[in-house]
Amino acid sequence: MSSTETGDAVIANPPNTRPSWVTEGNAVSESAVEPSVGSVFEVRDVSVYYDDFRAVTDVDLDINENEITAFIGPSGCGKSTMLRTFNRMNDLIEGARMTGQLLYHGIDLYDEEVDPVAVRRRIGMVFQKPNPFPKSIYDNIAFGPKIAGTAESMDDIVERSLRGAGLWDEVKDRLKDSALGLSGGQQQRLCIARATAVNPDVLLMDEPCSALDPIATGRIEELMLEMKENFTIVIVTHNMQQAARVSDRTAFFTAELDSTTDQRTGLLVEYDLTTTIFSNPTDHRTENYITGRFG
Amino acid sequence: MVAVTTELREQLRVRRSADTGGQVFRGLLTLALLISFAALVAVILTALTRSWPILSERAIDFLTSSSSQDPTKAGVFQGVQGSVLLAVITGAVAFPVGIGGAIYLEEYAGDTLFSRFLQVVVRNLAGVPSIVYGLLGLAVFVQALGGITGGRSVIAGGLTLACLVLPVVIITTQEAIRAVPSEQRQAGYGIGATHWEVIRSIVLPSAAPGILTGTVLSIARAVGEAAPILVVGAVSGFFQTGNLSFLEQMQSFFTALPMQIFSFTRQPTQTWGAHAAGASVAILLVVIALNSVAIWMRARLDRRLRK
Repeated sequence: MSSTETGDAVIANPPNTRPSWVTEGNAVSESAVEPSVGSVFEVRDVSVYYDDFRAVTDVDLDINENEITAFIGPSGCGKSTMLRTFNRMNDLIEGARMTGQLLYHGIDLYDEEVDPVAVRRRIGMVFQKPNPFPKSIYDNIAFGPKIAGTAESMDDIVERSLRGAGLWDEVKDRLKDSALGLSGGQQQRLCIARATAVNPDVLLMDEPCSALDPIATGRIEELMLEMKENFTIVIVTHNMQQAARVSDRTAFFTAELDSTTDQRTGLLVEYDLTTTIFSNPTDHRTENYITGRFG
Repeated sequence: MVAVTTELREQLRVRRSADTGGQVFRGLLTLALLISFAALVAVILTALTRSWPILSERAIDFLTSSSSQDPTKAGVFQGVQGSVLLAVITGAVAFPVGIGGAIYLEEYAGDTLFSRFLQVVVRNLAGVPSIVYGLLGLAVFVQALGGITGGRSVIAGGLTLACLVLPVVIITTQEAIRAVPSEQRQAGYGIGATHWEVIRSIVLPSAAPGILTGTVLSIARAVGEAAPILVVGAVSGFFQTGNLSFLEQMQSFFTALPMQIFSFTRQPTQTWGAHAAGASVAILLVVIALNSVAIWMRARLDRRLRK
């Protein structure tokens, strides 16, 4: 049976037809949460290494469609590392490698046949520090569609993306001005617009508000709630209130000493509905963290 | 209470003597700047006063006249022409090759033993004396490739100078590429750009001002070099360009300003001293012109990127 094309086949396959780096004998475990809508990502026993250092260990979780999933936890718990596996950004870091399996709509994202560039066109990313290109506002938005190729008129894409990010009215008269002249909050919304301009399916946000003031943060949060109609959003945040305000589900990560390697490694402690995590966590470590007793 | 206030006031009082070290250091820095500036002024003033006998009487004529045995007729036109040609050839070769090499080293070579070896070689080549490049030019461009360059010609000279500036162009380009914030690259990759698209559309435009300034400055420096072109056969004194075609001129004898300065200073009679100084002024003008181009291009690119 030839079975490398479709994701279903990959899941159904016995271990010996999986890529060699998938640990054998790891049965697909039950995720903490039953998918309510349909999973965009299924994470199975994923560990990420930087050379010999294991940054995050054996993560299992599902990310649901059109929901906002928040990753919270103390510094060094591997939540950003985990986020960056979803669009293969870790590929760009020398020495980084992953074990386990990460399915995107049932397709193994780390299959040899999968092009990371094509992945990143469908799974957009917004970074911690606003990072517009030193180009005009217009050219920032047009960059992605231009390299991806599009039949739609560029002016329409730019307007639609900027409206989607709630930035259109503020910048419509100065589209040709440099994006670097915008305020921090505007720059971050421009980066969101830039990421959405290529019509992605998922938006990964790596602490998108950590460099912004509370008002700009509030605007981004409103925006996220509007955008989840069209996108699946995964956000890493240090701000627990933010996770509580915007997310449907929350994954709490922490860093603990791995007795086999004697190094600290990140692990997923608990993953559940946000309301449950914040009102009635199962694990005492989660409770300690959200009540501010550590981290 | 009063006592506490008095004590606090005393602690907060300005102490003039407190920052003596800082003041001394500041003075030394100012002195260093003044010394560099004084050296530059001295060079320019010497060149101008010594060449005054010529510049005051026939400044334009001196620049537009050909070489001659007659001090009252001799000019540096061929030298200016030769130097400008050398600069153009040097730039045309060193610019693409150097930038290409730097992009390869920074973006594609990775961190292997071989790439580190290349890196060390490039850094060392930047420190090799220019006369050694002259010998390289003599062996390679004059003798081995004589059929193409025409032997001792302006092409051979330009190629030699290109080799001389290549390491500097590579190093400055690498520095400029490294200075592009990694957030910019990440943004590009994050949106689905390929490695080449990130280089072309993000890295190179951001690095362009630095690359251009570094490259043009190194070419300006090379244009003033006498040693390498002396070895590859710049001639001094009197020669005929006549009515040769452009290609033939490129493949034939040439001279350049540093060469002419050198030969003027070797003339026995006092009369030629002013010529040497005059040619120095001419070379300063060429260098200033090149530097102005670099500054102008940098400002233009900066404005395009930021505003």
